[in-house]
This record gives sequence, C-alpha cells and structure tokens, in this order.
Amino acid sequence: MQVTLRIRRFDPEKEKRPHMESYVVEAEPTDQVLDLLNQVKGFQDGTLTYRRSCGHGICGSDAMRINGRNRLACKVLVKDLGGTVTVEPLMGLPLVKDLVVDLKPFFEHYKLVMPYLVNDEPPPARERLQSPAQRLRYDDTTKCILCAACTTGCPSFWANGEYVGPAAIVQAHRFTFDSRDRAGAQRLQVLNDRMGVWRCHDIFNCTEACPREIEITKAIGEVKLAIATGRIE
Amino acid sequence: MLHEYDVVIVGGGGAGLMAALHASRGARTAVLSKLYPVRSHTGAAQGGVCAALGSEEDDSPEWHAFDTVKGSDYLGDQDAIEFMCHEAVAAVYELEHMGLPFNRTPSGKIAQRPFGGHTNNQTGKPVQRACYAADRTGHMILQTLYQQCIRNQVTFFDEFQVLDLLMQNGAACGVVAVELATGEMHTFHAKAVLFATGGYGRVWEITSNAYSYTGDGMAVALRADLPLEDMEFFQFHPTGIFKMGILITEGVRGEGGVLVNDSGERFMERYAPRVKDLASRDVISRSMYLEMRDGRGIGGKRFLYLDVRPETVNRYAELDGRTRPDGTAYRVTAAELLAKLPDIIDFCRTYLGVDPMTQPMPVQPTAHYAMGGIPTTKLGQVIADARNTLVPGFFAAGECACVSVHGANRLGTNSLLDLIVFGKMAGQQAAEFARREAYLPLPRDPQAATLERLAGLRQADGRERAADLRRAMQEIMFEYVGVFRTGDGMQQALATIGELKQRYHHVRAGDSGRVFNTDVLEAWELGCLLDCAEVTTAAALNRTESRGAHARDDFPRREDSTWLRHSLARSTPGGVELDYKPVVITKYQPKERSY
Repeated sequence: MQVTLRIRRFDPEKEKRPHMESYVVEAEPTDQVLDLLNQVKGFQDGTLTYRRSCGHGICGSDAMRINGRNRLACKVLVKDLGGTVTVEPLMGLPLVKDLVVDLKPFFEHYKLVMPYLVNDEPPPARERLQSPAQRLRYDDTTKCILCAACTTGCPSFWANGEYVGPAAIVQAHRFTFDSRDRAGAQRLQVLNDRMGVWRCHDIFNCTEACPREIEITKAIGEVKLAIATGRIE
Repeated sequence: MLHEYDVVIVGGGGAGLMAALHASRGARTAVLSKLYPVRSHTGAAQGGVCAALGSEEDDSPEWHAFDTVKGSDYLGDQDAIEFMCHEAVAAVYELEHMGLPFNRTPSGKIAQRPFGGHTNNQTGKPVQRACYAADRTGHMILQTLYQQCIRNQVTFFDEFQVLDLLMQNGAACGVVAVELATGEMHTFHAKAVLFATGGYGRVWEITSNAYSYTGDGMAVALRADLPLEDMEFFQFHPTGIFKMGILITEGVRGEGGVLVNDSGERFMERYAPRVKDLASRDVISRSMYLEMRDGRGIGGKRFLYLDVRPETVNRYAELDGRTRPDGTAYRVTAAELLAKLPDIIDFCRTYLGVDPMTQPMPVQPTAHYAMGGIPTTKLGQVIADARNTLVPGFFAAGECACVSVHGANRLGTNSLLDLIVFGKMAGQQAAEFARREAYLPLPRDPQAATLERLAGLRQADGRERAADLRRAMQEIMFEYVGVFRTGDGMQQALATIGELKQRYHHVRAGDSGRVFNTDVLEAWELGCLLDCAEVTTAAALNRTESRGAHARDDFPRREDSTWLRHSLARSTPGGVELDYKPVVITKYQPKERSY
C-alpha cells in the first residue's frame, strides 16, 4: 500500500521555523512508522533526522508525535494508522532538528528525584530479602524506559517547563515503594515542592502516552497520598 | 575541543556503566556514548543473568563452568570461564545490593529459571541458574547501573560518537569523537581508554540487534592495526520473530515452551533427546535450519512455531515428567506465564497480532551475538598478537571484547554475566593503570585521519547510496555466512564484500549540515559494518571445520587436532591476515558434545 507521510521538518542551519513536508512511501500494513522514516531517509531524503536504536519498543529513542499522539515510532504499525501519517517532534522540549528534541532538561528533572536505591546499611553476604508481594508493590514503575512520551504529553509540563513531570515522578515512585530503600522521606520532600506532584491534575495524558503501559497517573496519586499522609505503604 | 581524563570509557551499556562505576572510584573518568546510555542494547536482553546461587535447587560454579566450556564447543579459555563463573555469584549479589529488582522466590530470595545448556552436572537435567526480572533482565541491569552512576556522579558525554582511537608507539592515549548536537569534533586525551561498544549484528539481514549495533569499536580497533579474535563465531538465536528478527527469549522455553514443525512435531526430541528445547543455541538453530531445509517449516516456509500455550506446556511437562524443585509436578497457567513473560507477549501482540497464550509464535533464527571481538585478558587488557602482548592503556569489555569465555557458542544469560564481571575488571584495571602511568603525548594533529574520512563521506561523487550497499551486505551475509556455511558461498560473500567496499568510496551523505548529522554517521557506520563483515567471512572461510556457531556443510566435523585454536584477524590493504593462538585448557578435556 502507499502511505503519505507528512513530517514536520526543521533545519536550524537553514530556517527559522519548522515546515511540513510530504513523502509517499510504499509500505506493508505491518510496517512500523520507523520503517517509513527509514525508507525516506535511506532512499528519498538523507537529511531527515530522528533518533532510533532498538527498533522494538525497548530503548525509548524514537518517541514522537504520530497523528497527534505521543508514541514510539517502532511500536506503531501502518495498519493502525491508515493512508496518511503525520509525524512531529515531542512538545515542550527545545527543538534541535526535525524530530530530534533536546533531552537535557528531561534528564535534569530525572536526576532531581534521587532516581536510585539508597540504602547505606552494610549489605548481607547474600541478597537483601524481599517478598514477592513487596517486589510487586513497585513492579509497574520499574518498566519505565525514559522515552519522555509522558512528560512531553502533559499539559501541566507544557504550561510550566519547571514542573518535574510524570517520568521523574514514576522514577521516584519506583524507589520510594521499594522495601529496600531508605530515602523515601527525602524523595517525597522533593516532590512536595511547588514544581512537584501538585502540578499534576489527573489529566491522564501520561498514562495514555506510555508505550510501556505504566499506570502513571495512579503512581503519581500514590506519591501524592504518601506525601499527604506521611506514610509510605 | 580538547578534554583530559584519566580513563575514557566508550559505550554506555552494561559493560561500560559497570566499568564506569568501578573506574570512577579511583580515577577521573568520562563515559562517551553515541546514544543516551539508557538507550543501549543491554536493555533489550530479556531472559536472565546466570550465577550458581542455588536459590531454587543445588548448583555450583563448577557446574556452571563446565556447562560454559561445553557450550563453547571447547573453544572458550577455561581459566577465564572458571574465573567468570566463580565471580558470578558475588556479581549478581552486587547488582541486587545496587537495587536491581529481581523476581523473588516465596522466601524472598532471587528467583531463578532454567536456560539452554545450563545443567545439573550429576543428573544432566536443566538447572535453575538464570536470575531474572520477568523478561526484562537487561533493562533492569541497564537502568540499575545508570542509576548508580547518577548517584556516584559519573561524568557522561551523551550522544558523542567515537570515530577513532589515538595511539602513541603502540599504546592507547585517547579518542576522537563527534558531538551529535553540534557536529563539533572533540579530542579526549586519556591515560587509559576502555571500549565497551557492543556488537555488530546489523551486518545481517535478520537480526535481533539494535540499529546502532554497527561494530564501531571493533572496526576502529582494526583500523588501529589491532586484531580481532574468533570473528567467525557469531550466534544465531533460534527464536527471532519471523521476518523481523525481534528476540523471543529462551526463557519461553525455560518456562516450558516448545518448538514445533509443520506436522506439529516437537522436533528437538530427535536432535537433543536429553534436554530437547533447552539445548544450546547453536544446536537448536541448526536443527531448525535442517527442519526448514527438509520442507518441514510451517506451510513449507522459512519459519517454525514456538508454542508456549499453557495446554502445550503442561502436556509436554507431563510427558517429560518435569517437576518443580519441591518435587511437585510442573504445571502452568496463562496468568503465571503472563507475569513471567510480559514483554514478549506484548511484542507478539503488537507486531504479529498473535496472542501467545492462544496461538503459537512464528520464529526463525536471528543474528544475535558476537562471540568474537577485541582480544583481551581476563582482566580486560587488550591483546595485540598471538603471543598475548598487551596494548598499554587499552582495555575492552562486553560484547565488543573476546576474553574468550564464550568460545564458539555462548550460553544464554552468560552475556549479561560477561558484562558485569568483565566490565568491573576492566574498569578497575583501567583506573589502576591510570594511577600508575603518566599521560603519553597525543599524536600530532590527532583529528586528521577522522576528518579525512568524514570529508570523504561528504565529498564523494555520490554514485552510490549507503542504504543500497547496506542492504546488499545484509542479504549476502545472511545467505552465505549464516547458520550453515559452505566454502563456495563464503567465497562469493567475500568477493561481494570486497566489491561493496570499493563501491563504498562513492557514497556521499545526503545531509551536508553540521547539527545532528546522522546521515554522515550512518554512512560511517556502514564502513564499520563492512570491515566487520570482511574479517568475519575471511576467518570463517579459513576455518575448515564445524564448531559451535560455525557450521559448514563441506566440513561437518569438529577437528580438534588442527582447529582447537583462536583466530586473530587483521585488516590490511591486501586483505585479511589470519593468525592463530592456542586455547587455554585447565581441567576440561575436549570431548564430543551432545545434549
């Protein structure tokens, strides 16, 4: 089948603002949107620029807006989109070139929430024990691949780029509810800030955008509850 | 721009990050990655990392070592293998202490599952040795190591692609890199350089490997006149999604899934009567190839079914008399499988519209893992020749390195283990080297060679397109340097690669800009792939035997008297030069291999 691929293009060395460009690509219904981009780059226009690596939804490189929704280009198939596909860069982060945005602010927010296990008690000779139920408590948020689809789809983040955003809160959740961690209180303090969880208004864009199907709004709600009650459970 | 660091680590995957954590404790360390480190291909590993913890049943590092030696078809260096298998236990606990969210046993210990080639050496039956986090073990390792690097304030240069290794009188003294965001060239002056740049599976048409797995580090080493070891051994994983190559973890078979042919037969019973679908990967990929060659692919086509429907798992578990460690009969439900294999079930639903709980998955062997690479000692020091001369200041770890612990065929889960054990070793050694040694002077005009190469890609006549050459290489390599090989086919592949290398001189990138010019870099990466393809094919053609992943129709037997040795391939203007060095044998004498 033929697909018309409309891409928002931007070359910072040649133009002041982005423009739309259309390409016609021969595709199989089971092709990924990433395959279409590769077709254009390899055989029609080498200047087309985007990130990609694993090609099957695990590395988080190719998050972009596809027909208006934040998706991974390698996890959306042509058959689910129809004959016209519109591809644009993520919103809310500085545009670098074509579909590439500057991820530095995103990773700076990530670092704010202490996104690592803190436990300075001397470890046992073997593993720290953790029951299957304790492990399950934070399972959902371990799936995050830091693709930025959630944060850049959040209206609160668009309104104020200082808001830490859903991805950072997901990371905070992952450690705060891990029975082995000892820094929950500190992390909650960070998120109780003006730019923390209270900027979330349960819009659910993040949950809908997540390619890993993490229940992000629910996780944020659990963090809010922990701050409000002072209890991590 | 010029930078100075005691240790420069190239690559931000499992090996690079593990090295960074350890090197940064004793030396000023920088990590350069052409991606953001969390995008690295370690994250795609699924099934587990093995260590003889004995959480679930009796096990020992000695059994693990023997299984690895046997899995390697006796080409692995046994001192390195014993070292790795003994270090494995502490290494896995170290990951747990860093926060890695392993699945747990009912008593709260790290859960373990069976994997191909890992056995109880007394009974010969599969043993639960693979420590896992659902089917996302690699993702969890990558995330955990990155998190700890953030905690320890490791210095990262994200999206800096390394294009050259700088040498001074046979010693490493830095690298040249391009910053993607600006196109600016950077020289990193270092006392020690550590490559953890991953594999080169993109040489083949059907592969589980990331687009960025283009053999950069290996090719850069070749261009620095260093050899690559055992490049003829490249693993084809039995279960890639048909046509796409996306990996379906061996953990599926660990949980009881079976491979079936067109007549519904569980054919692995004929090829590996004892462990059947849990034989090592080379054995299974070859068996699949033979089934398909003889017309028993599904509908006569080039794929087979991997069946993990609960009723199938339970039927064969009953036939096999499979029990759990507590002696009860092994039976599964769809809910249990979903919890243990969520990602592969998601892949099948997304890409195939197939629900593995109610339908079998169409699979074919997929290019997966380089057993070969930059030769190193078990401390991660790079070796320059067959006499094991060290290259001062140069270290390597992970898939780009060849220690060699995987020999002619890697066992599943040993790759993640390799990353953490040898990443740590190489990182520690690099830091120690940097503490001991002074900076060597940089070569005059350190960026000259790189600039010339890039200028070529910007200014060539443009008669050829990189995408066409890449496709031609991938097709010929999959056809002739794949699961089964013949002398004639490999001759043809080698000639074609030679032609493609000539045509490559006419490739001009379509993008002439500076900012985020992935077009020039993809063309540069194609050059790396062609170099890797050439040494792989030349080393394979010269090895007139079948061993592990290197299977030849024209030389079907393993020949220990002539070929129990590692190859060392060098790229020269006149073609590939091959040398050989002996395999280290400690206590496991080579014998015939059966599963």
